Amino acid sequence: MDLLKIATAGSVDDGKSTLIGRLMYEAGALKQDQLQHIEQKSRKSGYDYLDFSLATDGLLAEREQGITIDVSHIYFSTPSRRFVIADSPGHVEYTRNMITGASTANLSLILVDARKGITAQTRRHFYISCLLGIKQVVLCINKMDLVDYSESRFNEIVTAFSEMADQLCPKKLNITSIPVSALHGENIATNSELMPWYKEPALLPLLESVKTETNIEQDTVFQVQYVLRPKTNELHDYRAYLGKVRSGVLRTGDPVVVYPEGQETRVKQLEQYGERVEEVQAGVNCSVMLEGEFGISRGQILAGTTNRLQGLQQIKATICWMDNAVLTPGKVCWLQYGTQMVKAKIQQLNALVDTSTFESAENPEQFALNDIGEVSIQLASRLFVQPYLESRANGAFILIDNMSNTTAGVGFIR
Amino acid sequence: MKNDLLNSLEDEAIYIMREVAGQFKNPVLLFSGGKDSITLVRLAQKAFAPGKIPFPLLHIDTGHNFPETIAFRDRLAKQLGADLIVRYVQDSIDQGKVVEETGAMASRNSLQTVTLLDAIEEFGFDACIGGARRDEEKARAKERVFSVRDAFGQWDEKRQRPELFDLLNGRIHPGENVRVFPISNWTELDVWKYIQREELEIPSIYFAHQREVFQLNGQLIPRSDFIDEVVQADIQTRWVRFRTVGDITCTAAVPSEANSLDSVIFEISQSKVSERGARLDDKRSEAAMEERKKAGYF
Repeated sequence: MDLLKIATAGSVDDGKSTLIGRLMYEAGALKQDQLQHIEQKSRKSGYDYLDFSLATDGLLAEREQGITIDVSHIYFSTPSRRFVIADSPGHVEYTRNMITGASTANLSLILVDARKGITAQTRRHFYISCLLGIKQVVLCINKMDLVDYSESRFNEIVTAFSEMADQLCPKKLNITSIPVSALHGENIATNSELMPWYKEPALLPLLESVKTETNIEQDTVFQVQYVLRPKTNELHDYRAYLGKVRSGVLRTGDPVVVYPEGQETRVKQLEQYGERVEEVQAGVNCSVMLEGEFGISRGQILAGTTNRLQGLQQIKATICWMDNAVLTPGKVCWLQYGTQMVKAKIQQLNALVDTSTFESAENPEQFALNDIGEVSIQLASRLFVQPYLESRANGAFILIDNMSNTTAGVGFIR
Repeated sequence: MKNDLLNSLEDEAIYIMREVAGQFKNPVLLFSGGKDSITLVRLAQKAFAPGKIPFPLLHIDTGHNFPETIAFRDRLAKQLGADLIVRYVQDSIDQGKVVEETGAMASRNSLQTVTLLDAIEEFGFDACIGGARRDEEKARAKERVFSVRDAFGQWDEKRQRPELFDLLNGRIHPGENVRVFPISNWTELDVWKYIQREELEIPSIYFAHQREVFQLNGQLIPRSDFIDEVVQADIQTRWVRFRTVGDITCTAAVPSEANSLDSVIFEISQSKVSERGARLDDKRSEAAMEERKKAGYF
């Protein structure tokens, strides 16, 4: 069994919660007590169908408003796969939630109402999906029951979507389009008899078979989280660097460069949870012991020698501003890159993007909550990063307000 | 072959444990003796092997325990050579800080929040690692991995920080603390499979045993000295086990003959009732968990 992380995006009325609830139901993930709750509530509200959105809508305030506010994590499994759905609201006011939910996703599930077709929100969701470099996109055209399960309506929307994709994201994406009715369960677990013209797999089988990408093919980068020095009698001289292989593969005996200093050495020994191992792949934790003595601390990077990492003290990035207080040029804050923390100054706001038209305005005066745009940042010390679209593992950072300590923004190195 | 999913869940949890050690001055692991906190202890052990776990364990003892769990707790702490701190809800009651609930089904479950907050203040803990999982309950589905609490221990969903990628922001002001949930993304079944893979010892009450129980609102409640005798009518002895281990007063038993990890795992994977379906503390109102969290509950 493996893991597929899905980011959903859909407008308030596109029926996203219903779709997720329906997926869980079809996967057999709703327990008897949850089903009873859904049946009771649906009856109480006078519906003549089961309101599966009740399975996912979480917090009190949301139930009152009838919409989802934050990022909600939903878990269910089929025999072959564990699914984690990061469900966030679709509206522009929740752009930061969408980005948060989508940050670790392998697949982006974009929901469109068959009656409305591509809307400003569809464009925004797709923009965010591209910004995050998510390669697998599933376009779910929902509420097909309300357009008489029309093939031509489906094709119209698919064509419009692919035109938009070509315009925004010239990089190769894997887009699959499916006509569904979440309310009636059509094309969810099995192919719908009401849409015989659709021959591809239904949604659930598709999600079960989609391939996920890893960062194993990339250059090796390891970042130190914690220096382990037990200093007990038996482990007197033990010193290991604990951390995660962010990309590539790290092997015993590999030559590595220690950043920022740039000294070269070799991996003397690799351990995983106290046991010796020969190699560790991207995404996995390990303990690294090096040949020679180094005073390495948290945040420093060990990387392969194939391509030297560039140390930058001046970066350009696309950011999403996530704080209620506006961002103006000159703001000083903390920048967290993996386990490294650096003082940063936002020198200039270069462009502000309208995510629903993909147009940008040059030199804006400020970024407000949920704004996305390009900025120039000056750093107190060098950062060994890679452009985000080349490396999802080594190209993103967060900005932390130095007064409130809140996470005020997320950035993607250009 | 190792289970890929368990490996990736373990990697994520250990990464979080190491972030706690890397970012905080004075962390603590909240240990109840239940299966989730036993899992946490194992993860902490592996995260810092061959060194010792670099923080103490804290148990908030309500006094309404299953005796089996307390014996287990003490034995495990001794085996690990870990520093175990215990603070008692009874002390908070004696000091007049909290008032015991009254009524037939009075519970100390919500009182433990006060004892916990006092312990946090007493030791100056800046991070408390807990075993909550997002699949347990809807209000927990939105919980962050690093969940910031103000000086009163309160959770405010509007103040929660966005969490992106694996970037965990643990910067806080003096007096604030962060609740950390390394197994956020695990399900109940994952925990069981991990316990099996790691061959972890767990309290006997998780396995089928004969116990005196009584029926209340369709649930089997263990007979105990802490519940009004009047309610405890029609005591029967039945084969049961527990799916969660909370206070004895608010944890319902399930009829079961599962006496091994294999049979427990089989039973859960076939189960038609969700895990917290057996927790009376959640049933009090639809938003019970959310209200308790706002007040500083775990």
